Amino acid sequence: MTPLAKLLEAALFASARPITTEELAALSPDDSLAALASAIDELREHYDVDGHGVELQEIAGGWQILTRAEYTEAIERAQLASRPQRLSAAALETLAIIAYRQPISRAEIEEIRGVGIGGVLKSLHERGLIDVVGRGEGLGRPLMYGTTPVFLEHFALRHLEELPRADELAIALRAPAQATLD
Amino acid sequence: MDAVTPRGASGTGTFAVDLPQFSGPLDLLLTLIREEQVDIYDIPIARIAQQFVERIRTLELNEAAEYLEMAARLLRIKVQLLLPAGEQELWEDPRAELVRRLLEYQQMREVVDLLERRGEERRSHFARAYLPTQPVPPQAPLALSLVELLTAVDRVLRAVSRPDMHDVVPRALDVPGAIDAIRAVLALRARALLSDMITGAREPWQVLSMLLGLLELAKLGELRVQQLRPFSNVEITPTDRDAASEAA
Repeated sequence: MTPLAKLLEAALFASARPITTEELAALSPDDSLAALASAIDELREHYDVDGHGVELQEIAGGWQILTRAEYTEAIERAQLASRPQRLSAAALETLAIIAYRQPISRAEIEEIRGVGIGGVLKSLHERGLIDVVGRGEGLGRPLMYGTTPVFLEHFALRHLEELPRADELAIALRAPAQATLD
Repeated sequence: MDAVTPRGASGTGTFAVDLPQFSGPLDLLLTLIREEQVDIYDIPIARIAQQFVERIRTLELNEAAEYLEMAARLLRIKVQLLLPAGEQELWEDPRAELVRRLLEYQQMREVVDLLERRGEERRSHFARAYLPTQPVPPQAPLALSLVELLTAVDRVLRAVSRPDMHDVVPRALDVPGAIDAIRAVLALRARALLSDMITGAREPWQVLSMLLGLLELAKLGELRVQQLRPFSNVEITPTDRDAASEAA
């Protein structure tokens, strides 16, 4: 491996969270972005081709070294690491709405889901998956919520645009402002 | 159909059970529509409403309010459908809003499926373990004598009383006196510095009086106050005496 690829590997190994491309670039300011990109490729190929227990994944606008899926069960069985808890259906529904409609207020989410979501919102916030991103214009200037980088990490998304566009879904999500009956 | 409220909820008199398999009334409604295999754009409201009410009655809902609200909504739509439409051209299908919400909900569920898949995929990989910040080691239990405690209290009280910030003594400024003093100085000298003027002042009120006096005289046009650079000394020159040479 090239020295730059080794440097990246060391930095990625040292971090528990994905490291963004900009942060990686700061490791070796003399190298060009092209050199950085090829070093990342080199490292990824090194893991994939030479056969390693870990792999390099692009997540949340950055890069992260993760263990390969085939070893997960053995690792968990040996209680060396444990998988994070699955999110509840209510939490997933709320997250899906926030991801597509952000910034969005609690009342708007409740309108779409048809149920109250106070507790869900709180626990999502505590897990760092969503955050308050501002205040709305409406009555009482409600808190507006949006997703965080942790959200991207949790679902191994490179960026929000990786989610299918609303019009690519089987049923197009209409604009929120529609003629209402009551 | 006649009763929206689950009456007496099978003897217990309360709503006892929640619906873990449904995440809300829209979810239940969509499930019914799927089970009954009806067209979402042409929902047989009477049938679906019947099913809905039966379902929430047999399941004895805990979080019933939201389900009951939906049941009421369904019944209202049913009533609206029964009413003669009249000849209004603007007649809107009373089901339209419900259909819109159902479609929106269904699409959101599609996203949920996607997130579930992605989340599951990510769960099958481990990252470097998160290292929690080192907890601060607990302090050794305190072993202090009464004297030490009293000394500490004394120290605190002493520190508190020292500034004595709230004892404000009103002191009138003596601007006329300051004006006299400035005039006296300028009668003797062609140029003075602010620092010279206030060297004699011991109290803040004296400095303030001097400053106000200076400003007052400058306003009256008796002198000019000039500061060449920020924070540099302030030069005071009388205007009636050879101002031209000093202006440079």
